[in-house]
Amino acid sequence: MVVREITYAEAIREALREEMLRDERVFLLGEDIGLIGGVFKVTQGLYEEFGPERVRDTPISEEAIIGAAIGAAIAGMRPVAEIMYMDFLMCGADELINHLPKIRFMTGGKLKVPAVIRTQCAFYRYAAAQHSQCFPAFLMNTPGFYIEVPSTPYDAKGLLKSAIRDENPDIFIESAALYRVRGPVPTEEYLIPLGVADVKKEGKDVTVFAFSIMVHVALSAAKKLEVEGISVEVIDPRTLNPFDKKTLIESVKKTGRLVIIEPDHKTAGVGAEVAAIAVEEAYEYLKAPVIRLAAEDMPAPFSPKAYNAFLPNEEKLINTIKSLVKRSK
Amino acid sequence: MDVKSLSKELLLDMYYKMVLIRRFEEKLVELYRIGKIPGIAHGYIGEEAVAVGVCSALRKDDYILSTHRGHGHSLAKGVDPKYLMAELMARKTGVCKGIGGSMHSTEPEVGVIFSSAIVAGSIPIAVGVALAFKMRREDRVVVSFFGDGATNRGTFHEALNLASLWKLPVVFVCENNFYAISTHISKSISAKEIVDRAIAYNMPGKVVDGNDVLAVYEVALEAVERARRGGGPTFIEARTYRWLDHGMYYLGKYRPDEEVLAWKQRCPIKLFKERLLREGVVTEQELEMVDVRVLQEIEEAVKFAEESEETDLEFAKQFVYVR
Ligand SMILES: Cc1ncc(C[n+]2csc(CCOP(=O)(O)OP(=O)(O)O)c2C)c(N)n1
Repeated sequence: MVVREITYAEAIREALREEMLRDERVFLLGEDIGLIGGVFKVTQGLYEEFGPERVRDTPISEEAIIGAAIGAAIAGMRPVAEIMYMDFLMCGADELINHLPKIRFMTGGKLKVPAVIRTQCAFYRYAAAQHSQCFPAFLMNTPGFYIEVPSTPYDAKGLLKSAIRDENPDIFIESAALYRVRGPVPTEEYLIPLGVADVKKEGKDVTVFAFSIMVHVALSAAKKLEVEGISVEVIDPRTLNPFDKKTLIESVKKTGRLVIIEPDHKTAGVGAEVAAIAVEEAYEYLKAPVIRLAAEDMPAPFSPKAYNAFLPNEEKLINTIKSLVKRSK
Repeated sequence: MDVKSLSKELLLDMYYKMVLIRRFEEKLVELYRIGKIPGIAHGYIGEEAVAVGVCSALRKDDYILSTHRGHGHSLAKGVDPKYLMAELMARKTGVCKGIGGSMHSTEPEVGVIFSSAIVAGSIPIAVGVALAFKMRREDRVVVSFFGDGATNRGTFHEALNLASLWKLPVVFVCENNFYAISTHISKSISAKEIVDRAIAYNMPGKVVDGNDVLAVYEVALEAVERARRGGGPTFIEARTYRWLDHGMYYLGKYRPDEEVLAWKQRCPIKLFKERLLREGVVTEQELEMVDVRVLQEIEEAVKFAEESEETDLEFAKQFVYVR
């Protein structure tokens, strides 16, 4: 198998391209995705290759973009819509929340909605409160669609291909801060099943649960802690729905300690759910309290100085793990 | 509009505001390139006549609502450039205390009530502000600024309908610069002309040359007076052009060079200056004095911003709730 290093953005582009070549029902729609290949250049070249029919530049109409994706999907197409920033999902919230995840259920299973809504969280762009949000917990609290949160080029490609082929609606959450990050991706086709977590690093003392950009923070922290004799296991769920409880629980049973690091707000965040699962299903294995590191419970501030302190980071993670291990020796 | 019917003071103020915006935005680009301004920012160069023409028709206690491309609106309405510059540099002394950044300029004392970075996000809010004025029987007017692209969002349509239905004192100012990021209006707007959208909401619609500050002033004045008298909303489509890319990054080529060049030749400041001199209402020297004053003000603004303290997390935290 030939493996090359490509960027996260290139991996996503390859997934889109391969699925468009494989299935003519697949088409893209979104703001500025065609002519200029997207403001983050993720769809670059696809307009030239597939033309304006299948790579559709849209007006600034998030509600119509999501709604049209739903309509096309229930009528037999495979739309992949792009919403430029996760914040703007909320501009289409009626279609996103009241329709997308409920149509199949409400129609007694008569309809299916195989649409993918791609979006990205703009971490570290210092773009203030309306362009920095990451709210997977809100979506996780809405049953009826799947949620992918890839952290590497490999995962991004495999998960997106699966999401496009999957018969359910998907919210595919990318991270602009990862678009240029490189990683190994095979040239041969592969799929990653939805709902299977990945152990990004094995360890025995502490489990760190992290997704999207925070996986990189966790891996870097784990490397530094290794030197100090603390062995960290990093679990990347890859999808938040379906949620792979098994991998998480097995890890917690092994290490007896769980730290969650997430870029969402702390209160009622993903970490709250993960902590609850660990306590419900592995209580007797826990040697220490479950700790959550998350963004502050406030909107994102513009000032880089404030913003960098607003998000959890490597230093906070290292200190948390050290003190957790110490107190539960 | 007859230049001679306007006071020299007003004409010089218009000129001053346009030059102030131009130099402010040039400084923004310069500081952004060297990393002194973080985040995302959108320049207003080329569109100065719209903000200045409209805001010159307003009273200080009238309100405007602005967008992601809002520096020009704020400066035209009277925000002190040093507080705006401090905001762009994430300082505690900024208009939004370094918490909002480029896209949320707000200074109610001079009539900038809010700016939203969500395209068309502030249009319904403008309608609500106008409602408050009307309910309190105040003779104040609201201006809602937005771009051509914003007219494709549902919020735009809901807001215009409501404003017309309730006859609210609001003026909708669409800055048609022909592109929403890379998307030309011909690829995004089904109406023949943007102004036609006003017909659906039973309100007067006016098209104006957005590079002619006096033409903008004239239509704005009429719309503002109408709103103030209780005559309800007006829709103004001001045709103009942005000289810079959408934001601070190059996003690829989507505009023909000749088009950009043709618009640059119709520089709103140059056009106004030529007219003022041609009609003999001001002297070259008077305009030069304004130019010098602006340069000084910009330098002072940068100095003020650089000397101000950076906004940190604990400071920002106090503004989440009213306590
Ligand atoms: C609801 C929403 N969708 C998308 C964006 C991203 N975006 C920022 S500015 C912009 C283009 C706006 O075009 P227009 O309204 O014509 O204003 P202009 O930038 O030309 O001044 C877009 C798509 C956004 N901020 N909000």
